[in-house]
Amino acid sequence: MTIAKDPTTAPSASLLTLAYNEQALVRAVQATSLHDPIARRLRELGFVPGEPVRIVAKGPVGADPLLIQIGFTRFALRRAEAARVLVETAL
Amino acid sequence: MSAVSTADTLRIALVGNPNCGKTALFNRLTGSRQKVANYAGVTVERKEGRFADSNGRNVQVLDLPGAYSLAATSPDEAITRDVCMGKFPGEAKPDLLVCVVDATNLRLHLRFVLEVQRLGLPMIVALNCSDLAQRRGITIDRARLQKELGMPIVETIAVRAGGTQTLVQQLSLAKPAPPPALPDGSDLHAIVNRMLSNSVTMPTRTAAVDDALDRVLLHPVFGLAILTAVMFLMFQAVFSWATPLMDGIDAGVTATSSFISNLMPDGILRSLIVDGIIAGVGSVVIFLPQILILFLFILALEESGYLPRAAFLLDRFMVGAGLTGRSFIPLLSSFACAIPGIMATRSIQDPRDRIATILVAPLMTCSARLPVYALLIAAFIPAKTVWGIFSLQGLVMFALYFAGIVSALAVATVMKMWSGNRAEHTLMLELPSYRLPSPMNLALGLWERAAIFLSRVGTIILTLTIVLWALSSFPAPPAGATGPAIEYSLAGQIGLAMQSIFAPIGFNWQICIALIPGLAAREVAVSALATVYALSSTSGDAESALLPLITAQWSLATALSLLAWYVFAPQCLSTLATIRRETLSWKIVAISAGYLFGLAYLASFITYRVALALS
Repeated sequence: MTIAKDPTTAPSASLLTLAYNEQALVRAVQATSLHDPIARRLRELGFVPGEPVRIVAKGPVGADPLLIQIGFTRFALRRAEAARVLVETAL
Repeated sequence: MSAVSTADTLRIALVGNPNCGKTALFNRLTGSRQKVANYAGVTVERKEGRFADSNGRNVQVLDLPGAYSLAATSPDEAITRDVCMGKFPGEAKPDLLVCVVDATNLRLHLRFVLEVQRLGLPMIVALNCSDLAQRRGITIDRARLQKELGMPIVETIAVRAGGTQTLVQQLSLAKPAPPPALPDGSDLHAIVNRMLSNSVTMPTRTAAVDDALDRVLLHPVFGLAILTAVMFLMFQAVFSWATPLMDGIDAGVTATSSFISNLMPDGILRSLIVDGIIAGVGSVVIFLPQILILFLFILALEESGYLPRAAFLLDRFMVGAGLTGRSFIPLLSSFACAIPGIMATRSIQDPRDRIATILVAPLMTCSARLPVYALLIAAFIPAKTVWGIFSLQGLVMFALYFAGIVSALAVATVMKMWSGNRAEHTLMLELPSYRLPSPMNLALGLWERAAIFLSRVGTIILTLTIVLWALSSFPAPPAGATGPAIEYSLAGQIGLAMQSIFAPIGFNWQICIALIPGLAAREVAVSALATVYALSSTSGDAESALLPLITAQWSLATALSLLAWYVFAPQCLSTLATIRRETLSWKIVAISAGYLFGLAYLASFITYRVALALS
């Protein structure tokens, strides 16, 4: 799945680009359509701007799904779900 | 309020995120005083219980399904939302909500508290797992948090006896005023973060033990190896530990039927009780030990937090076949019996994934197929060794199991290609912290499963058994008849009529007749065959007497064809009844029965023709 990038803001990558255990902060959750229940649910689960996030495990086939640490919780997200989360890596 | 509660009863509901320990708290509060049923018109489990508060007042407590948000994305969450809002038909709005939060996961759980707060109901927050939080060095300024939230907070430890005392005492006090409403459009995450920074100090974000365990258990290689070992141990237990218990039940059933046979005069009533009810119900109850051992494993793995990890490891494999990682548990249970397997699909939130799992669950080789497989393999497959180490009989048995799994994956793949709905299926599965399973929760869970299984035996299976007994017993053979009685019965006539349909796949009329009582439960076909071949089915050892007879009378092609039939055919009305109960749809029942019979006929036809051509 491709992520539309807005060229006017600082470049940000999706959660998929993070290395294993690399620290990052959530920048935004991008909806793929006007009413994207998955994006909404991700925000409810705590994927909100400024939250620290990292990949703590990868599925055995094609690194799918990913296990994401967000807040104090771990969620297994399929790659299409994780692609909606835009992150910035700490400098 | 949609219903006025009586003065001496308080109606409360437990709400909270999944994995907050809500059900453990419910178990601790109510003990065995609980009632498990379904919400009207849906297959979401409704758990209600009661207990007395410190003043002796009766408290009725409803354990609502776990929810991440009131903006529901699954039937479970919709129930929670509707009951809390007093909108669910037939459910009174609760007098008070107890919002359960895990003290080690406040970031996520407090957000839900704030969402529930908007409903304007009196609320109490139960700060659960407060012992774990303490051990992890998390300190919570309860007084301050209480003030910020505007509702009472009590600390609970659901896994410890007496760990709910604080909640019971709080409930005995005057009902708290509903918390003040938050302004519209407030950023709940921001409010939670402010509360956390004011009232909570947290040394680390994760528990060290979770990190360590996940590194091994979710490792791409070791993780899968450990999962395989766990599954192997489980099947070993189901099939070997259960044997003595099953032999015991078998002996009990045989003793009961011979006791009643001696007590009653020969006649229709004795035949109904002995051949119909005791034999029929006994043939299903015998699987209770296997089902309980299987569920003991599943409950322990679930309580410990391992099962969601298994779903994580297997998700990609299952998605490839049009299922989901969450399908793993129901399909696993189906190896013991499809009935608990289909019931376990309730944990799959996506309705499409759930239906797909229900449709393929009957293809898993349930233990009721074993007697049939064992009989046919012993009769027709020579006991020789191939390639030096493998027993040919064992290989055939393995092939039958394997055929079930492969066809389930194939069927799910075909269904995925056919379904027009291309909307994204979601996983978003929380992997909770590891914890030791509590014996009390295991015992209550097992008791619940056993009660569901036995009540089904007492209702649906009992009814079907009596109907099938009647079909096989009436009309009675005419005076001077020489053939076995069943040949003259309705079932016999149906069997003879069926023969023209089943001749192309090599079934003789005796097999056709045996298939009819075999609809009650697969293994009943063995005793039915014995009856057809004029053996006494109460002699106990029907199988060994039957063996030489069918070896002499059937061709190898017929035997293989019957084996292929049993891999697919829905020879189990209880499974179809369970599908109906779980989906509330006759259409799904028709689809499963139709495709399974179709596949069975096709597989038997190919097997029979190929075997004939080769012999």
